[in-house]
Amino acid sequence: MFHRESGVFKTSYAADMALYPLPIARWTVAFLAPLFAVLLPLTLGEYYLSILNLILIAVVGAVGLNILVGNTGQISIGHGALMSVGAYTAANLVTRLDAPFWIALPAGGAMAAAIGAVIGVPSLRIKGLYLAIATLAGQLIIEWTINHVPWISGGVQASIDVPRPSFLGIQLKTQAQLYLFLLFFAAIAIAGALNLARSRVGRAFVAIRDQDIAAEIIGIDIFRYKLLAFAISSFYAGVTGVLYTYYLGVANYEQFQITVSIDYLAMIIIGGLGSVLGAILGAIFVTLLPIATRWGLEGLGGLIFSQADLANIIPNLRLVMFGALIVLFLALEPEGLNRLWRNIVNYFRVWPFSY
Amino acid sequence: MKRISVRMAALAAATSAAWAAGAVGAPKEVVIGEQCDRTGPTQLVGVNLCPAVRDYIDLINSQGGVEGYKIKLDEIDNEYKVPPAIEAYEREKAEGAVSIMLYGTPQTQALAQKLDEDKIPGTSPGFGTAAAANGARYPYVFPIAASYWSQGAAAVKFVKDKLGGLEGKKIAYIYYDNPAGHEPLPILEDLQKLEKFELKTFAVPPPGVEMGAQILDIAQRFRPDFVIAHVFGRSPSVMIKELKGAGYPLSKVIGLVWASAESDVMAAGGWAVAEGYHTIQFAGVGDNYPVRKEIVAMYKKEGKEPPKEMASTVYYNRGLLEAAVHVEAIRNALKATHGAPPTGQDVKKGFEAIRDVTLGGLVPPIELSATDHEGGGWVQVFQVKGGQFVKETDWFKAYPEVLAKELKAAE
Repeated sequence: MFHRESGVFKTSYAADMALYPLPIARWTVAFLAPLFAVLLPLTLGEYYLSILNLILIAVVGAVGLNILVGNTGQISIGHGALMSVGAYTAANLVTRLDAPFWIALPAGGAMAAAIGAVIGVPSLRIKGLYLAIATLAGQLIIEWTINHVPWISGGVQASIDVPRPSFLGIQLKTQAQLYLFLLFFAAIAIAGALNLARSRVGRAFVAIRDQDIAAEIIGIDIFRYKLLAFAISSFYAGVTGVLYTYYLGVANYEQFQITVSIDYLAMIIIGGLGSVLGAILGAIFVTLLPIATRWGLEGLGGLIFSQADLANIIPNLRLVMFGALIVLFLALEPEGLNRLWRNIVNYFRVWPFSY
Repeated sequence: MKRISVRMAALAAATSAAWAAGAVGAPKEVVIGEQCDRTGPTQLVGVNLCPAVRDYIDLINSQGGVEGYKIKLDEIDNEYKVPPAIEAYEREKAEGAVSIMLYGTPQTQALAQKLDEDKIPGTSPGFGTAAAANGARYPYVFPIAASYWSQGAAAVKFVKDKLGGLEGKKIAYIYYDNPAGHEPLPILEDLQKLEKFELKTFAVPPPGVEMGAQILDIAQRFRPDFVIAHVFGRSPSVMIKELKGAGYPLSKVIGLVWASAESDVMAAGGWAVAEGYHTIQFAGVGDNYPVRKEIVAMYKKEGKEPPKEMASTVYYNRGLLEAAVHVEAIRNALKATHGAPPTGQDVKKGFEAIRDVTLGGLVPPIELSATDHEGGGWVQVFQVKGGQFVKETDWFKAYPEVLAKELKAAE
């Protein structure tokens, strides 16, 4: 990520598929791990940690959606609803059976994976925009079901209060504790996605994306792998929903409506389809941009406008700037933030002798 | 590249300078965190409600503040989305807010547990869950206004008075098909058994602008004696227009609190179209309250025109209500601490001591306590008559025993 290599010296498949292409990559991880796990929670205040927590949740969802959209080339606008499947599965397990998080979390993911695989069935026959509409139907059906079946949605207003996760007898309440909790699962999610991409399964996904008929000819079972992609990606979505539920202490389907599905699609497109780093960058960008634009606007606007005017100007201008910046970044580099990052890395790879 | 970085540095410097300036400020200050939605799906409400909150706080500050403290209002737009609401809340907490004005039902749900952990009281007038009226279950959430349950009960009571008894009558309940829309259903079903009327429900699927079939069903087939409507956003105006078109008399329709503003009447085609329509209100409607005159006077004194938002009296007055209740809670808290800076817990007790905040009739006789965070569930009914909302009833509440039973069941 932050290293440069002097050339390509790979002589075996094993070397090409290695998780750490250079020894320095190992060092990068060794450097980043304590930074995120120890330094940040100790130094940052609660407010900044709460933003990081939102980012971590978004990272898990974006990385998962990227497996489906970026790697396998199938589209889904139903991921918001799949998050609610995970959220309600975990909420019901926790409130009815007192399940600890290490059961509720994978169970939420597994339930979402099962339902996601069903939603993915149309992908065997249709592609592109048609598939998008089919998954949209999935989103609406799940929303309707949760809204109308009290057995799933619990009592009042289709929301279930969930106690915060306990670890070794400690209930994780503060932003720092929740940060470590979320970081742990985000790290697993990222490691899982990186490893998946270099495995046989991951390569089959890419083959299907690039040309599904060719993939079938070289012996990839399209039926199996497409559904597998939907299931894995939905598992991530389910886990995102569970993490969200634990973070907020409540499962509520209104937090997982169609706009959420669109937000996550925006993340991976802005970040750059098909790369884990891109999904992470996209999640950071989409979560942080509205917040950062407000910081900037408050700082500058306070010098020009009155408080009452500013209260009206900031939220509206923030939306305009958010849209404009997304257009700007995509116009600058249609392949997303990941490509932008690669360009910078490639520039410095031969710097200062770029000829 | 270099030029860009210089600009970035300038931006960062300006930002931090403005923050530092804000941080110094007046020494004796109480911070209220306010969330609002001026850009999201409920912006129709937010653009009028939130300026009212600021106007009221400005008015209090211009009169010398509360017990020697100035009030600082920290408004952040949450776009009616949950993640921005969390970020906004954490920021307001970091800036020392001792009470929060929540905004939006999902956002209220998402923050309920957080408020409890941080011991900061939050208010959710007209949204959130009806069960939050129970202060024992949600110690730090204060609906402070009639919940959907209370509104549903009040609507039935109003219909009963209008029709002179309910036995054998037919009532239609048309509602937005989401959790908030479902919420009054258990109350209506209880009352149906109690009052022996016939109840039929008509769901309007989101986004709630397509209801021709339901309206025809109501007007042509079911032909109810009264319609109770619980729709929000763009739906109320569509409903008024369609009922009018189907020939159903609007004088036999009553809308709950989010189907009852000037903007709904306007969007439906104006006052003439909506003539006769009844609306339930948890804050007084119209211009005839001393506090509105004081706000106009405050603007005049500064040489400015009063804001155009004041014309939307329904939402503007609700903003005044919410702000007034917060200010009174802080006043109570400061009295209890004898002038020491209050904590969230002090303000919570301040809320629970609220009595007689009437603002000359704009606010109902709310009485909050440690167990009752709704304050009685008072409403007034107004009717569209001759180009304005005309008051039909005084503050009243209905069927407290039925509500108490449901609250008990929700525990």
